[in-house]
Amino acid sequence: MTAPSARRMAWRRRGAAFAAGWREFAKQRTGLVGLGLLTLIVLLAVLAPVITDQEGLDVTKATGGTMEPPSSEFPLGTDRSGRSVLLLTLWGARMSLTVGLVATLLSIAIGTIIGILAAHFGRWVSAVLMRITDFFLVLPSLVLAIALSTVLEQGIGTIILAIGLTSWASGARLVRAQTLTIEARPYIERSKALGGGHTHVISKHVLPAVLPLVFVNTTLAVGSAIVAEATLSFLGLGDPDPMRPSWGTMLRSAWLDSAVIAGAWWYLLPPGIAIGIVVLAFTMCGRALESVLNPRLREG
Amino acid sequence: MSDTLTPTEEALAEAPPPTGGGGLRYVLSKIGGGLVSLALVVVLGFLLFRVLPGDVIQTMFRGRPAAPEQLAAVRRDLGLDDPLYQQFFDYVGRLLHGDLGESYVYRVPVLQKIGERLGPTLLLVGVSTVIAVALGLWLGTRSAWHRGGRFDRVATGVALTLWSTPTFWLGMLLLAAASGLFPTAGFVNSDTAPDFLSQALDVAHHMVLPTITLVAVIYAQYQLVMRSSLIEEMGSDYLTTARAKGLRDDLVRRKHAVPNALLPTVTLVFLHLGFVIAGAVTVETVFSWPGLGLLTYDALSNRDLPLLQGTFIVLAGAVIAMNVLADLLYRVLDPRVRAS
Repeated sequence: MTAPSARRMAWRRRGAAFAAGWREFAKQRTGLVGLGLLTLIVLLAVLAPVITDQEGLDVTKATGGTMEPPSSEFPLGTDRSGRSVLLLTLWGARMSLTVGLVATLLSIAIGTIIGILAAHFGRWVSAVLMRITDFFLVLPSLVLAIALSTVLEQGIGTIILAIGLTSWASGARLVRAQTLTIEARPYIERSKALGGGHTHVISKHVLPAVLPLVFVNTTLAVGSAIVAEATLSFLGLGDPDPMRPSWGTMLRSAWLDSAVIAGAWWYLLPPGIAIGIVVLAFTMCGRALESVLNPRLREG
Repeated sequence: MSDTLTPTEEALAEAPPPTGGGGLRYVLSKIGGGLVSLALVVVLGFLLFRVLPGDVIQTMFRGRPAAPEQLAAVRRDLGLDDPLYQQFFDYVGRLLHGDLGESYVYRVPVLQKIGERLGPTLLLVGVSTVIAVALGLWLGTRSAWHRGGRFDRVATGVALTLWSTPTFWLGMLLLAAASGLFPTAGFVNSDTAPDFLSQALDVAHHMVLPTITLVAVIYAQYQLVMRSSLIEEMGSDYLTTARAKGLRDDLVRRKHAVPNALLPTVTLVFLHLGFVIAGAVTVETVFSWPGLGLLTYDALSNRDLPLLQGTFIVLAGAVIAMNVLADLLYRVLDPRVRAS
């Protein structure tokens, strides 16, 4: 019988830890509900081109009347140019989720790199990086995001960049704190004594230990990124192409078309409720994950 | 605006180290840090509005017809033909004299425009923050003390839901629901009698909907932080001691647990001021409340870069100044930090 290699052992251990984590997660009702909601919404967003016709987003080919209330043909009514609000909401999910996820990944990547570097190298590197982090932490991020999206070319890329570049600071602080506690452990010292360089210690020991925390943080941050996208789009900084609606741009048109005064609730409610449900679902998942990782937070 | 829901660690990390040197050194280092941040805001303001757009003129006039002479005039006014380093020194020099340039759309100095709009924003943000903090602390304390009970579940659920809601959407819903009862836009009616009482009452009447919206969105963070901070305190030995002494439950909470749990929450009030400012920008836009937020919206809609630069510097600078104040206040509030 051959002894299993160190690598395989490490993977088996990770698999076991993941399974234990999942069992703990599955005990939490709110986390499961959040996960179920997310799966459903992501499925609908991915399948939107299959179950609906993108032609319906074209303003020139719209078949409905102006701001029609819900009917059997248009279950959620129509917008000013006669497009189905249900169709817009489904397609809006694609845009809002994409921007939310990509912007969060960007923000978390920046935060993780800065946090690990600051904790690992210490001294002046840490001082400089943490000074910058503190600066971004207190800076009103929406105001900075507004400035960025105004001066750059309007579009989805700019929105992602604006949200990612303005929201990484709290992640960097968390990762730095976690890295510091991990680097104080004896196995890091052992690895260094055996000749492990910076790259080896960071990629083989620090990063895997920090990743669970990063994952929780990502789940919690997606919600804020989706709200940030909606806010920037509502202020008129979103993608101006009517064929690529997001929940934020829908709410902007509802506002500009005076849906509030016209009492067109079917135009006003769906995008906002959709944002609320998605953000809540991400928060529920994130908090359940958090209590899996941090037993102190567990109820009872 | 991110990560408001897991703030205890962050708040604790923010807390100044308990072994600070002399009081004066602490104060000076905090003020020094604040000044460095202010300098960074100034540099960032220059980078954002002069370097990043590539061609400033093209950004300002995107999708807007303009005569070549007009473009040349704006180019001259902004000093865009000078080399960048000279533009930067001009910009810093003017800033030190309190000159933020001239608004392209309003044709008045940016600082004057900001001065006109400062009052309404301070009023809205101030009143909303006080209400939100009071409400959040009260709800947070109650739900932590009866953790897992019905009150806790309902209050936490409501707070999470409101926190997940985009501010402007909540404002639009309120507008649709209550437009008959309260004025939907503006600060004061032009036909209101000029005496102080009628003016104040009319402003208060206009303020109801924007304040409710802002409070609804921001109180959740105070509630959740207070809740988790108090829950952490509740495991402490000194509470067991207090109970063993025979103190009533109410007194244990009021005299022992809450004061200690309050500290991280207090710093957080200031740390998340940026979140409140973000809320103010959208609330003012929805309710046409004539403050700095609406001015920011006007500036971005018109691509009035000098004005946007001005509101950016003033809003960011104000938040940084408030944070320095919070650090100093923290020292006064927490004897553990003061003792050295």
